[in-house]
Amino acid sequence: MRVADLRARLERLGSGVSSHVWRLGFASRFLAYLVVHSGTALGRFRLTIAEIYFAGVLSLIIILVSGLFVGMVLALQGYDTLQRFGASESLGVLVALSLVRELGPVVAGLLFASRAGSAITAEIGLMKATEQLSAMEMMAVDPIARVVAPRFWGGVISMPLLAALFSAMGIFGGYIVGVQLIGVDAGAFWSQMQAAVDLRNDILNGVIKSVVFGIAVTWIAVFEGYDAPPTAEGVSRATTRTVVTSSLAILALDFILTALMFTGGTHQ
Amino acid sequence: MNRSTIDLWVGAFVVAGIAGLLFLALKVGNLATFSTSQMYQVQAKFANIGGLKARAPVKSAGVVVGRVADIRFDNESYEAIVTINLGYEYQFPRDTTAKILTSGILGEQYVGLEAGGDGVMLKNGDRLRLTQSAVVLENLISQFLFNKAAEGKPEPKEPAK
Amino acid sequence: MQPIVEIRKLAFAYDPARPVLRDIDLAIERGSVVGIMGQSGCGKTTLLRVIMGALRPTAGEARVLGHDTRKLDTEGLYAMRRKMGMLFQFGALFTDMSVYENVAFPLREHVKPPDELLNDLVMMKLHAVGLRGAAYLTPTELSGGMARRVALARSIALDPQLILYDEPFTGLDPISFGVIVRLIRNLNDSLGATSIIVTHDVQEALGVVDYVYFMAAGRVIAQGTPAEIRSSAEPFVRQFVNGSSDGPVPFHYPAPGYDADLELAAS
Repeated sequence: MRVADLRARLERLGSGVSSHVWRLGFASRFLAYLVVHSGTALGRFRLTIAEIYFAGVLSLIIILVSGLFVGMVLALQGYDTLQRFGASESLGVLVALSLVRELGPVVAGLLFASRAGSAITAEIGLMKATEQLSAMEMMAVDPIARVVAPRFWGGVISMPLLAALFSAMGIFGGYIVGVQLIGVDAGAFWSQMQAAVDLRNDILNGVIKSVVFGIAVTWIAVFEGYDAPPTAEGVSRATTRTVVTSSLAILALDFILTALMFTGGTHQ
Repeated sequence: MNRSTIDLWVGAFVVAGIAGLLFLALKVGNLATFSTSQMYQVQAKFANIGGLKARAPVKSAGVVVGRVADIRFDNESYEAIVTINLGYEYQFPRDTTAKILTSGILGEQYVGLEAGGDGVMLKNGDRLRLTQSAVVLENLISQFLFNKAAEGKPEPKEPAK
Repeated sequence: MQPIVEIRKLAFAYDPARPVLRDIDLAIERGSVVGIMGQSGCGKTTLLRVIMGALRPTAGEARVLGHDTRKLDTEGLYAMRRKMGMLFQFGALFTDMSVYENVAFPLREHVKPPDELLNDLVMMKLHAVGLRGAAYLTPTELSGGMARRVALARSIALDPQLILYDEPFTGLDPISFGVIVRLIRNLNDSLGATSIIVTHDVQEALGVVDYVYFMAAGRVIAQGTPAEIRSSAEPFVRQFVNGSSDGPVPFHYPAPGYDADLELAAS
């Protein structure tokens, strides 16, 4: 009996893994189809602009406020540690590098996934459940080109902008706390930061990260919405899956990209 | 929400985002320094480069005049060959010395240039003849201990039987 | 005259072990209003989807508006669908657009007329369903019956030759009911179109259609004019038309003996 149990468990594990692999393949074909049929989304840019509004502009408040707070906390925590080594004037460097390299793209990505990503999934899922997508198909309009693609490009365009704003707000928050509140020298704050943060290595890499995260999150969001079972429960599950899968994807991709980009400076 | 309001907000959002990026690039990063000026290359050989890395600054009198472009190992002389990019506006004599120094006590290492007195200036592709290697901490410590031991009484001990 | 929809020996199954449609033969004449009726799950909605081109027959042939649906690529499919209109069960209006925008949608996508002409066309279609005054409401502000009428206006926006109705009478109050029934008939005749209604509202449908196909378990078990259907001797048809609770379709879902479930046998 034990062996049969074990075997049943292995079978379930195997079929679970293979169904995930199958789903990933399906999602990849979906993405390829979407990109190929993006003519409407990019030609009739009005549609994409509306989606940039819903995904980007409406996420601004949470991004800006979170960025501000993250920057302020970084300054507080950073000062506490740095001043033990007499290096408190490097506070600007600490705040800027942490934000630009990591926290900006990652935290903005996570916030974007939970606010905009879940909204996109819910919207597309509900359109599917109420037969709006079928109705569109019946009127000889490709719903992927008309509904899904603009949302995809809207998310991809919004994400890097949001990450940059997050980092900028964070640095400003760090400045407020570090210089105005704690009393670190303003000149040292900015000048050391400028010396240490490199345009190509740090800022550009941060932007690349945010673009990659934007693609990943939006892809997951539109796919989960499109693939959701057309029931209330199905849509709500899909929405949760979007947030969870996007968050995990962001963190995993962050590791991979960081390993590729920031190799500890040993370029010899 | 009518179309023109959405357009307005999206336009504002995109402008704000680009402004954020520009802020990061100009105020936070070092775009202002050394991205467009003309460079010429010079090489220097060191017995030991210590912790010098590529893109480390090259300073003279404390001012950044260039960057380390490349570090390689010469298999014939068993020395390190460091290639330096110098800004065109900084001309150094041929007998300039290159030293590997450390900024602060625990700071990163950089190349310091001390100008010599030769009338002829360095050209693109020239080699700096006078170099001083990095100070290696272990050597420093062992030298210190050696000196300390030498200061003590030099009486030879009776060999134990 | 060539029937507008011609189906011969059609079969369809998602999974070979469980066929959904078996051996269907259908011919729908131009200009007629045809009903496809049957119990829930008999395959009538699937048949509608085959006619729509959303599903490909696994065997047999379906010719719609002169196109063979098996041989259609995406271009051909969309070309065929531009000549058709479909009313979904609950309307399926686009919730992020107003009533006006919904009706204008197919026109904007395919015809792209200048704004004044578009306005006239949209108003005409809304007038035909009696909702010109509701043009600037949003779908959330409409009642079920009104939403369905707007969806009907949208489905006739391109003056289709074939109009498909998926359960158009579901959940309507008697007045809205009467409205939809009148609209189906009038629109069909004024547009010179053909209409196919999939429904299980027998009495009401028999009052509006010219011909009926009766389905059970994936097959067409009876067909004829409403009068013929009403007087049919076929037991399933009789049970359906009369609405009897027991007959060929039993009251009890298959189950083991009652005694066993009550555990009387054990005592």
